[in-house]
Amino acid sequence: MNAVLLAASRVSKSFGGLHAVQDVSLGVEQGSITALIGPNGAGKTTLFALVSGFLRPDDGEVRFSETRLAGLAPHAIARLGMTRTFQIVQPFASQTVEENIAVGAHLRHARRSDALERARAVAERVGLASQLDKLAASLTIAGRKRLELARALATEPKLLLLDEVLAGLNPHEVAEMLPVIDSIRRGTRDAPGVTVFLIEHVMQAVMNLADHVYVLANGRLIAQGSPRDIAHDEAVIEAYLGHGTAERLRAAGRVR
Amino acid sequence: MTPSMRAVGPIVVFAAAAALVPLAVDSDAWLNFVVLALFGALMAQAWNVLAGFGGQFSFGHAVFFGTGAYAMAALQVRLGVNAWVALPVALAAGAAVGLFIGALTFRYGLRGSYFALATLAFAEIFRILANTFQFTGAGVGLQIPLAKGWAALQFEGRAGYLYVALAFVVAGLAIGTWLKHSRFGAWLQAVRDNEEAAQALGVDAYRVKLGAIAISGAMMAAAGAFYVQYLHYIDPALAFGPHYSVEALVGALVGGMGTVWGPVVGAFALHLLSDATRNAFGDVPGVSLMIYGALLVLIVMFAPRGLVGLFAALVSKLRDSK
Amino acid sequence: MLELSILWPSIANGLATGAIYALVALGLTLIYGVLHIINFAHGAALMVALYGVQLLFTRYGVDPYAALAVMVPAMFGFGYLLQRLVIGRASHGKDENILLVTLGIAIVLENLALVLFTADTRTIETRWSLATIDVAGAFIAVPKAIAFVGVLAAAAILLAVMARTDLGRAIRALAKERQGAKLVGIDVEHVFAMSFGIGLACLGAAACFLLPAYYVNPTVGNGFVLVAFTIVVLGGMGSFAGALLGGLLIGVVESVSGLYLGESLGQIGIFVIFLLVLMFRPTGLFGSKA
Repeated sequence: MNAVLLAASRVSKSFGGLHAVQDVSLGVEQGSITALIGPNGAGKTTLFALVSGFLRPDDGEVRFSETRLAGLAPHAIARLGMTRTFQIVQPFASQTVEENIAVGAHLRHARRSDALERARAVAERVGLASQLDKLAASLTIAGRKRLELARALATEPKLLLLDEVLAGLNPHEVAEMLPVIDSIRRGTRDAPGVTVFLIEHVMQAVMNLADHVYVLANGRLIAQGSPRDIAHDEAVIEAYLGHGTAERLRAAGRVR
Repeated sequence: MTPSMRAVGPIVVFAAAAALVPLAVDSDAWLNFVVLALFGALMAQAWNVLAGFGGQFSFGHAVFFGTGAYAMAALQVRLGVNAWVALPVALAAGAAVGLFIGALTFRYGLRGSYFALATLAFAEIFRILANTFQFTGAGVGLQIPLAKGWAALQFEGRAGYLYVALAFVVAGLAIGTWLKHSRFGAWLQAVRDNEEAAQALGVDAYRVKLGAIAISGAMMAAAGAFYVQYLHYIDPALAFGPHYSVEALVGALVGGMGTVWGPVVGAFALHLLSDATRNAFGDVPGVSLMIYGALLVLIVMFAPRGLVGLFAALVSKLRDSK
Repeated sequence: MLELSILWPSIANGLATGAIYALVALGLTLIYGVLHIINFAHGAALMVALYGVQLLFTRYGVDPYAALAVMVPAMFGFGYLLQRLVIGRASHGKDENILLVTLGIAIVLENLALVLFTADTRTIETRWSLATIDVAGAFIAVPKAIAFVGVLAAAAILLAVMARTDLGRAIRALAKERQGAKLVGIDVEHVFAMSFGIGLACLGAAACFLLPAYYVNPTVGNGFVLVAFTIVVLGGMGSFAGALLGGLLIGVVESVSGLYLGESLGQIGIFVIFLLVLMFRPTGLFGSKA
């Protein structure tokens, strides 16, 4: 059993009358790829925002490596070693790919030349080496997703929060990204392994990559376990397919 | 050679060329032109730091100009301080006002139009205060007594002033280069392009913006201080009114925001244009500002990256066609 | 110090001035609410309208109140064309660009006026210029009293147009939901231009009421820009009721603080309020949007 790198205890957040996240407790093990899945509007991105300092929880506590994150600003949390990406990609549009990634690298490297060198190395890992001089605004959606990933990776985090990094990619592009995410977790000779916590809809990624899966629906945690466990969980199927469809599947003997 | 080393070359060439002007040119009118163009360049550089690199558009940049001008004037006239001592104090005052305004506006998340309006409000407040108190000469303003010699930061003839203005502009170019090739500059431009994403990458956006407005304020205050030494007079309308806010903004915009050379190119272009119109239409008040305003609209509509941007586009088109 | 006999006239005058501010702010609110642009040219446009009224009076002997029939449609047309031909084209989708373009327009208008009319301050003398009426012990200049009533009437008309007409409905739809409005077949560019036109038409009306009690010079707009923005922000960006009440409130604040702090320093009150509202309650007193 590895140490729990990120622990959320009974975290809640409401907006007006909407309970976006209710009483959620989860833990991300060091060295793992942990997935957070659930239907649209379940509160997954809100949870990411709560955990990375962009939103304040109404209730509950978040700990990162034993440090309480209450009240810390996002940039402070990034400095502690947790970096998040955004569901809707946010490139620095007027800057090149290299310059974009360098912003991330500057978190750990003050000198410009060091940051640029690191940026080039990260771009290599992620498959953007041939596009270093292109303006971020001119990249395809797949390129921008890689850029989002590269920028975050350049901050040399201990924990990477990936918000739907595969959304909008075609199957070929997804297949190219999966080994990249895996190599991030394993680490290379030059770069230590990084724990990954990802929100995903692309089930292929979840099934193939994740060690542990949490399922969120209507702001609550409804199931957790290995990918195989989750796939057969009644509550999960109901959450995704709706009560009626789940009933029919059950009746047809498709679900235990 | 690193990129920042390569950038130094053109700066040295520019400085040398400008420094040679008083030796090569006799005409007082042309010398005055260069002095005023450099003065305009300094203001455009100041605005460019906050808006071009930092993405915060100030419409009341005169608040810093007037701070520098009045600090310079009041220290000399009311407290008998030597001009060379007053100068760094004026710059510090500009930075301090920048920090003050930044602390209030950035802490409460003012951006875009709200920030622009807030800077206008501050400029107006300062104008009213300067107009009210005797220390600043109220409505009459302050006049610096004429003194011979550089010990009082005044010069016979234009050349001395040209060198002072040039020194500031070169410092401004150095600052611009530093912003292009440093961590602080990378952070600042990241905040400009997407503040949230920058924060997620560990950038303390609040601190970075404060740094930018302090630098910008100090540079604009330098322009105000220079103005007082060159023209020996300041009053609330000149100090805090819209004229220099506009000149700084349009200069940077026309030249190219967020670039190192944009403000210098823009300021020189603007001054050439207003000189040309003065020759064509006479010295009618309002003509040059009217042209500045029209240019502003045209540039935003057709060439938002300014003259430097147009030049860069031209160069890459020629390169592609080869 | 708080003697009613001194305070009431100050308040009454403040209300009259505030009514004009409110009409100016109403136009700005409409433009912001629909187009989501902060029209920096609003003050300059008011200045243009004021010169219009002044010229109609001095050249053609047209009474300022009769000039309403000319100025309102003229300013409407001016606003429509400005939005359609210039501002709409310049945005390229970025808010900062609109900011800069309207600033540029303001600079051009102001300096054009400077070139054409010089910096001289001009006033007009009508039959009623010097008359006053007694409002419960306060002597209000007749032009100001007429302005108060006129502005309320104009505001009522504006609100009626917004609530009852097809155009008003289209404008409100567009303000709420841009994409949806397009889908329903609303000609977005046209409605934007109409909104801007109406916003400037308010200035045409405001100028007719304002000039008899005030003056015009090329920079007169500057004073109104910040005040108008203060009101719009204070009243809640996009709220007509807020702009109306905010205008009256600001007029009173300006008048009363002028009473206690003197003309010059009293002006500061408005700007300080502006900054405070921006910082602490940007949705304003009646605001709906954050």
